[in-house]
Amino acid sequence: MAGTADGAQSGARMIEVDIRKRLGAFHLQAQFEAPAGVTAIFGPSGSGKTSIVNAVAGLSHPDSGRVAVNDVVLFDSDAGINLPPQKRRIGYVFQDARLFPHMTVLRNLRYGGQHDEAQVIDVLGLSDLLDRTPAGLSGGERQRVALGRALMCHPQLLLMDEPLAALDTARKAEILPYIERLRDTVRIPILYVSHDISEIARLATTLVVLDNGKVVVNGPVGQVLSHPDAVPLVGVRAAGAVITTRVVGRLLDDGLTELAFSGGRLLLPGNFGVVGQNVRLRIPAQDVILALEAPEGLSALNVLPVEITQINQGRGPGVAIGLKAGNDHLLARVTRRSALRMELSVGQKLFAIIKATAVGPEDIGS
Amino acid sequence: MIESLGPQEWTAIMLSLRVALVATLAALPVAIWVAYILARKTFPGRQFLNGLVHLPLVLPPVVTGYLLLVLFGQQGAIGGPLYDIFGISFAFRWTGAALAAAIMAFPLMVRAIRLGFEAVDPGLEDAAATLGASRWRVMFTVTLPLVLPGILAGGILGFAKALGEFGATITFVAAIPGQTQTIPTAIYGLLQVPGEEPAVLGLVVVSVVLAMGALLVSEWLARRMARKVGRV
Repeated sequence: MAGTADGAQSGARMIEVDIRKRLGAFHLQAQFEAPAGVTAIFGPSGSGKTSIVNAVAGLSHPDSGRVAVNDVVLFDSDAGINLPPQKRRIGYVFQDARLFPHMTVLRNLRYGGQHDEAQVIDVLGLSDLLDRTPAGLSGGERQRVALGRALMCHPQLLLMDEPLAALDTARKAEILPYIERLRDTVRIPILYVSHDISEIARLATTLVVLDNGKVVVNGPVGQVLSHPDAVPLVGVRAAGAVITTRVVGRLLDDGLTELAFSGGRLLLPGNFGVVGQNVRLRIPAQDVILALEAPEGLSALNVLPVEITQINQGRGPGVAIGLKAGNDHLLARVTRRSALRMELSVGQKLFAIIKATAVGPEDIGS
Repeated sequence: MIESLGPQEWTAIMLSLRVALVATLAALPVAIWVAYILARKTFPGRQFLNGLVHLPLVLPPVVTGYLLLVLFGQQGAIGGPLYDIFGISFAFRWTGAALAAAIMAFPLMVRAIRLGFEAVDPGLEDAAATLGASRWRVMFTVTLPLVLPGILAGGILGFAKALGEFGATITFVAAIPGQTQTIPTAIYGLLQVPGEEPAVLGLVVVSVVLAMGALLVSEWLARRMARKVGRV
């Protein structure tokens, strides 16, 4: 019961997972804790992502371990606790939506309850779909209905297993804002399985990286993705920092927006909302160029003073360089040849030239 | 054609319909249950149950009829106690014809319904469970509605089989006019008598019409169901 008092005070650990399961030659051994917000589970196919969410939902049973959500124990092999799925109050949005084909959208939505019905239908834009049947819906519409259905049973935790994987880019763009709005308005923790790092960068607060059934890294998404150790795990292309910036100005003539964060100011093309709004930026490691002196006569607009915190030699020709810009962490990837020629070392102060991409708005406090 | 049918033939037709209907309705719940456990459960003896269910399909019907006679006759291992305790008798009564028809139709019903269960994505049942539905609610609101086309197909197939059952019926309960004489046994009886060809022809036409009607109804129901679950 110590866990109860502890959890109530800090309110930080909302999801506790510690499970072991053997499936033939595959051995799942996952242990992590996640705070409120969106916790992304990332990993290659077959790394055990779906096994974890199924164990949390109660659809499969671990060989041993413990699963608790908001200090309610759902599974504990030592104590002999194993709640059936219908008693867990966990909403599950499956990759294939799994709408009941013989029911209308409204009956699907109401199957698990009618919690906040009007608000859910409004937030997810479902009012025009209510009388339709699932067969007549597009992939994106199906996922919105599945999400609404899970929310209306008033879950204490929402599981989303690659909800966008079956959708094309346009449909993804259609549904991502709904999930963002959900993250920022509804106070339920979300476990979000994905193998798309840009999705994770846009949505997640915490990142759990899984490889071959084991948790390799686990922490705030910005820290994990900007850590040089994460490069081989998330892939060279996906590695990069995620930072939260604030809109400080708009240069209307140039179509640029000025954004500030602890490491300085950035100018980005495009419109990211009103002054004062928070915007999440993803800065891929391969889009960061290092310079020993402040460059002049360069077309890039964004040059920040940074300090090297870590240098990681990979097996390939690349070197991952961890950088500190203000209180935020950035990640750069340069060739080994450049690293040697520039004589890069930890603690060195130099300049980063950045080409950043905005990944989406983020409300304050989320 | 119709005028060639005498009162005895009409009795046989009405009896056949009654026997087939009762056999189908009585066997259907059991067939649904057996189809469900064969489709979804793994347990020791599953293959044995599967074989037992299919036995009437592969055994000579006369053997099935003889076994029924041994088991459900008034001195039989099951029939005896049933008669002594409940006063229920199958021997040489229309209930016996219905029992024989049900046993013979059972494998066909189970096969069709089992296919229906296997076509339902268990993922939908998982989804219903995560939405808080109990096992029974999942069964009655998700699984069974989706299996309904298979249940209807199995029911109609079973009904048609029960209408036409001959070998087991005549062995178990003979062909007593007004008691156990169904359309097939009546046709067989009429064929033994010279000059009854018009009556035979009449019964043959009735058989064809009933079988065709059952098939059309099942097709129509299946299409309606498919539209309802959005598979068209």
